[in-house]
Amino acid sequence: MAKVNDAVIKIATVNGTGSASANGLLRKAIFRMGVPVVGKNYFPSNIQGLPTWYEIRVTGDGYQSRANRVDIMVAMNAQTYARDMAEVTTDGILIYDSTWPRSNLLDRDDINVLGVPLSRLCNEHFDGARTRILMKNIAYVGVISALLDIDLDVIKGLLEETFAAKQHLIGANMDAIKLGYDYAIDHFSCPLPYKVEAMDATNNHIVIDGNTAAGLGCLYAGATVGAWYPITPSTSLMDAFRSFCQQYRKDPETGKRTYCIIQAEDELSAIGMVLGASWNGARAFTPTSGPGISLMSEFIGFAYYAEIPAVIFNVQRTGPSTGMPTRTQQSDMMSCAYASHGDTRHVLLFPADPGECFTMAPTAFDLAEGLQTPVMVLSDLDIGMNDWMVPAFEWDEDRTFDRGKVYTAEDLEAMEAFHRYLDVDGDGVPYRTLPGQHPKGSYFTRGSGHTKLGAYTEDADAYQDVIDRLLVKWETARKKVPEPEIIHSKFNTAAILTVGSGDAACKEAMDRLSEQNVGLNYLRVRAFPFSDSVREFIDQHEVIYVVEQNRDAQLRSLLMLDLDADPKKLKSLLHYNGIPINAGFVVDGVLDEIAKGRAA
Amino acid sequence: MSYIPKPKVTHPRAARNALGLTSRDYEGAVSTLCAGCGHDSVTAAIVQSVFELDVEPHKLGKMSGIGCSSKTPAYFVSQSHGFNSVHGRMPSVTTGAYAANPDLMYIGVSGDGDSLSIGVGQFVHAIRRNLNMCYIIENNGVYGLTKGQFSASADIGSKPKKGLPNQQEPIDPVSTAISLGASYVARSFSGDKEQLVPLIKGALKHPGFALVDVISPCVTFNDHEGSTKSYEHTRQFYHHVTGVDYIPPAKEIVAEYDKGSVMPVELHDGSRILLRKVDDRYDPTSRAAAFKYLREHFNAGEITTGLLYIDEQRKEMHELMGNVEVPFAELPLDSLRPASGELENILKRYR
Repeated sequence: MAKVNDAVIKIATVNGTGSASANGLLRKAIFRMGVPVVGKNYFPSNIQGLPTWYEIRVTGDGYQSRANRVDIMVAMNAQTYARDMAEVTTDGILIYDSTWPRSNLLDRDDINVLGVPLSRLCNEHFDGARTRILMKNIAYVGVISALLDIDLDVIKGLLEETFAAKQHLIGANMDAIKLGYDYAIDHFSCPLPYKVEAMDATNNHIVIDGNTAAGLGCLYAGATVGAWYPITPSTSLMDAFRSFCQQYRKDPETGKRTYCIIQAEDELSAIGMVLGASWNGARAFTPTSGPGISLMSEFIGFAYYAEIPAVIFNVQRTGPSTGMPTRTQQSDMMSCAYASHGDTRHVLLFPADPGECFTMAPTAFDLAEGLQTPVMVLSDLDIGMNDWMVPAFEWDEDRTFDRGKVYTAEDLEAMEAFHRYLDVDGDGVPYRTLPGQHPKGSYFTRGSGHTKLGAYTEDADAYQDVIDRLLVKWETARKKVPEPEIIHSKFNTAAILTVGSGDAACKEAMDRLSEQNVGLNYLRVRAFPFSDSVREFIDQHEVIYVVEQNRDAQLRSLLMLDLDADPKKLKSLLHYNGIPINAGFVVDGVLDEIAKGRAA
Repeated sequence: MSYIPKPKVTHPRAARNALGLTSRDYEGAVSTLCAGCGHDSVTAAIVQSVFELDVEPHKLGKMSGIGCSSKTPAYFVSQSHGFNSVHGRMPSVTTGAYAANPDLMYIGVSGDGDSLSIGVGQFVHAIRRNLNMCYIIENNGVYGLTKGQFSASADIGSKPKKGLPNQQEPIDPVSTAISLGASYVARSFSGDKEQLVPLIKGALKHPGFALVDVISPCVTFNDHEGSTKSYEHTRQFYHHVTGVDYIPPAKEIVAEYDKGSVMPVELHDGSRILLRKVDDRYDPTSRAAAFKYLREHFNAGEITTGLLYIDEQRKEMHELMGNVEVPFAELPLDSLRPASGELENILKRYR
């Protein structure tokens, strides 16, 4: 069966061999032909020498989630050859380097095995061990291009852009492409049943990872202080912010920096720096992952109680403990929602893709400053480090920012007295001042018990007064946070409710279920605390399939805790093996429940 | 931390500084520390220092962590902004605060528990960054608020009130700071205000990390016989190697000094620190020599005090980073993003 623009190509290589640029070239060439693509990395927590995979989903329908199948496997790693072959879907294709013999025991007769002597071709054509290894990767891009009918002019154009500053590499890379391409044309009947055909479906779209998008969002949000401790999978967020700042954050007159990035000695220090900077009125943030949140927790509770803005990006990875640092999960929702000892609760934002990483960055700063509290953006490795196709970002020049309630020197001059924790407006959010502005604005920031006037206290009522007022602020937060995404039809009594990177798989699953006449409504929470519309949505349905990527149904627990949602309605579909969730998992989960008598 | 407001009464003829303020204007709440606590003397020395330096109260950031020492920012300059953070984390908060606003003068008050145990990592890295702050350690060798456990600065053989003498090596903040490259390192004694005040003034004015380790006896848990951090022990083994005078900008050096033993050190703003060598063998500009001297005298049971190391050449954090001079909060957000339409250019590489 011929399949046009619907194929999953998986490339198995060894990390540290330069395969990332070859894979990027292939993914980008398909995208440039106007065909939607998704790129997912499966990589080891290691620098060099271990197996790594890149999966390109060619998806004419535009689905962004991982497809749970492999149509074309490029098995470049002898170490994983057997398992790579086993993964190929029936009638699929396996390409391997036929320079060396391979055991017949590994053969499968339900797939097509195509041998290309990639090492031999490159060894004959190129000199130097490193060049030969790099070019071998480029050569398989040529093979796939022939097999899938990918436009060589597009590839050439991409190489010209990539190596604009190193012209001599364009020819060499193009030679490698041609080695693979010509061999495939001569030996196989190209193109394959799977092929890529030019479309017009990527106009005004970009392919980008969530960490880069979040770093760009911080640039646009006016963040000036970034403090961090390197941790996978969040590191590339600060790398991106730094590179944007180097270009766009130099004072035109003095050449001095209008940003400050500090690599801290640990996460405890990183969050301390964020709080110090925010206390002084800068927009400050730290990117981290689960273990970093554990370390930051004491300070997060401090910031909640002392009411200091802070923005924390948690690019979640697989826990518990060190877990699998290069695999994805949504397992920090609980620990972030209630981080720290004592009665604390925190505002969380849940981007679904890089597009929302970009837009939610300024939203996070607005909320943190507007509410004077830590705000955590819970992305994950799937969003943060994989290549998503999303509409090109837009920036509204008229967008205004919420810097929160800050008395200026003029305000203070005109006032009789300033009290830091007084609920002047009745919304639970007090006014603050910035150090150095005016003597009347000075106050003592402390994590110990304090009165509404800001003074130290051990008085029962005065303590409780402030702690209760923080609940008023929590309700203000509920009204300010982004509303959920809802797809609703009055004919459906069951629904899917998900969060973050579950979005793409759930939407694809709904399309597939709809083909089987299973109609479901949809809600994706975008923030915690949950808006009233989340409560209303749950009330409207008999069954809610809560789809999330952790073992313990943390989103479901939060719905119960924050909204008192009826647990009998909430049926969990949990995917938590570290691989991004796929639509098939959701479809199967829902159909299983229907078979057991659950309403659809 | 207990808090008692102090009634404000100023003598009509009290001395006023260049801002027209009296030293009473630099006081804070009434201390709730034990009567006779060394920390209260340090507080008084801080008040005198900032008064004499004509510091605008609201331009001073008072930073601390947790412990008896960390309570003290409530007891001085009530019109300053205070940040009483979590245990051992004052340096990181100050680092972030300074990154955002280099205009303020930062004074951190910490203790031996706060800086040498739970917060030793942050203490070390603040030095490494040459964070521009005056970092005071009120060093008494014990944990006061939890009733008298040894801290990491307790000397071998020092006796507790109850139980066995300490057997573990002490961490000496002074030699630690010198070995890490701190650019201003001093040690003093809470009972010697004459020495302490100029050291604090120099530390406040020094551009970079300035440590003042102050032996500040704990009258309740560590002032008995056999303790090496008691008033009596400190007075007996106190060894003064350098005297310091702080000379503000444009002030003439009027006092007579023996030329051979006086070393003027020029600070960035034109002020000077005059080092008077009490012991001619001491060289506070050589890390190696200072280290050797300190160790030898420590081995002899002496507590070497004074300005023990200074390097006015080392660049402080802000200068090293090349950041703008204005506080980040004063930069309008609209000025911090790329020009209108530039987003399209940025996104080209992702198409």
